[in-house]
Amino acid sequence: MKNARYVARSAAIASRALGEETMVMSAASSTLFTLDEIATLLWQSADGVTPLDEIVRDKICARFDISPDVALRDAEDFVEQLAAHGILLISDQPIASPVLASGEPR
Amino acid sequence: MSALAAEMAARALQLGIPLSAQLDLTYRCNERCVHCYLDHRDHGEMATAEILDLLDQMAAAGVFYLTLSGGEILMRKDFFEILEHARALTFCIKLKTNGVLIRAPQAGRIRALGVESVQISIYSHRPETHDAITKMPGSLRQSIRAARLLRERGVRVIFASVLMRQNARDYSGVKALAAELGAQFILDPTITPMMDGDRSILELNVDEEALREVFRNEGLVGNAEEFCAPPQGPDADALDCLPCSAGHTACYVSPYGDVYPCVQFPLPSGNVRCTKFAEIWRHSPQLNDVRSITLRDMPSCSLCAHGGTCTRCPGLAYLEGNMRGPSSQDCEKSFARTGIASENLLAKKAAPQLRPPSQLIQIQSLPQAVNSE
Repeated sequence: MKNARYVARSAAIASRALGEETMVMSAASSTLFTLDEIATLLWQSADGVTPLDEIVRDKICARFDISPDVALRDAEDFVEQLAAHGILLISDQPIASPVLASGEPR
Repeated sequence: MSALAAEMAARALQLGIPLSAQLDLTYRCNERCVHCYLDHRDHGEMATAEILDLLDQMAAAGVFYLTLSGGEILMRKDFFEILEHARALTFCIKLKTNGVLIRAPQAGRIRALGVESVQISIYSHRPETHDAITKMPGSLRQSIRAARLLRERGVRVIFASVLMRQNARDYSGVKALAAELGAQFILDPTITPMMDGDRSILELNVDEEALREVFRNEGLVGNAEEFCAPPQGPDADALDCLPCSAGHTACYVSPYGDVYPCVQFPLPSGNVRCTKFAEIWRHSPQLNDVRSITLRDMPSCSLCAHGGTCTRCPGLAYLEGNMRGPSSQDCEKSFARTGIASENLLAKKAAPQLRPPSQLIQIQSLPQAVNSE
């Protein structure tokens, strides 16, 4: 059985809902991202304490017609991409309230 | 603006969301810049609780890009409390400051709070010129110290300079200084009239020759030939375009809670001390009037060759007496850029008596006609 993964929004970002999408800007690089409706749902649920598979099952599969296996695989790819940009934190332990990253000079 | 940012702005326009806002925290300032358009006395700034509540309302209304400016923002003792609250609401924050009050602890807190950028006003690389403009001895040294402290901590810094007679030849020096410190550089060729309509500070504007030199500086404008190309005249699409984001996806709130379409467009549109921010944004008759204007509705500009490419600022037009009219300052810039006079300048030259000052609000003659050489 796979270990649970936890995801949390980084505090070093700016974000705002825009209709059903979400704008997210990385503080480290000032790169702007937009998240579509499904990604927004995942983003909003990334509280650091709810396991990713539970978010996918309870939030995404409950609302969209998508199989849990496919949804989880897509979600894992997605969170890895966001983590690579420093806008999402991933851990195999629950994540306490995220702090602003110190980061490298821009 | 990136393509994605433009796409988001278009979406915000469609949804009626105020994507960006400038909030001036105070008009008090420790400098006394010769070109400043503000009254620095405190006429009843919003208290901390009022500002924090306003920030909550702005976030709920959809504001994403938030500029905190003044006056000098660090003159407020509660500045970091406000900034912390704003960042907790995940605004993308730009600070505008002169940097004089930024020491290592302040720079560290700004870094830790994840501010997107800090814009510092630098008018010259020469202390005698910069300090004469700010009327504060030692101010250039202190502003540069702030820039260094912020850069050392990885904060994005922008040097903003305003072009005026006193520093007309110094922008290259400021740009080089910015590069040395790893900062960006922007140059604003516009002196803004006082918010009460007093236009006397427009006398500080550079002459046409200096403006022309700026517009042909490829280090500032990119491809000068393209930038200065003769205008083609507005096509049908341009006639239906919106003049700028002011009142459409952007707004400004003063330290007293007054809402305007833009900091440079002082059309009173409501006050957050009496009315909720979202209510003002959606239902203010003044903002809705601004939103109703397209180039087609502007009698002079719709006929002008520059109509499709002009940098016309509706706020400057408003300060000149008519928000559907031309902004002569932008007409002068278009002329300096292309050598082709706008409809407005031609009309003024042909029949200056058509617009007697007695019929206008807040109007005085510009200090010199741009095409009078």
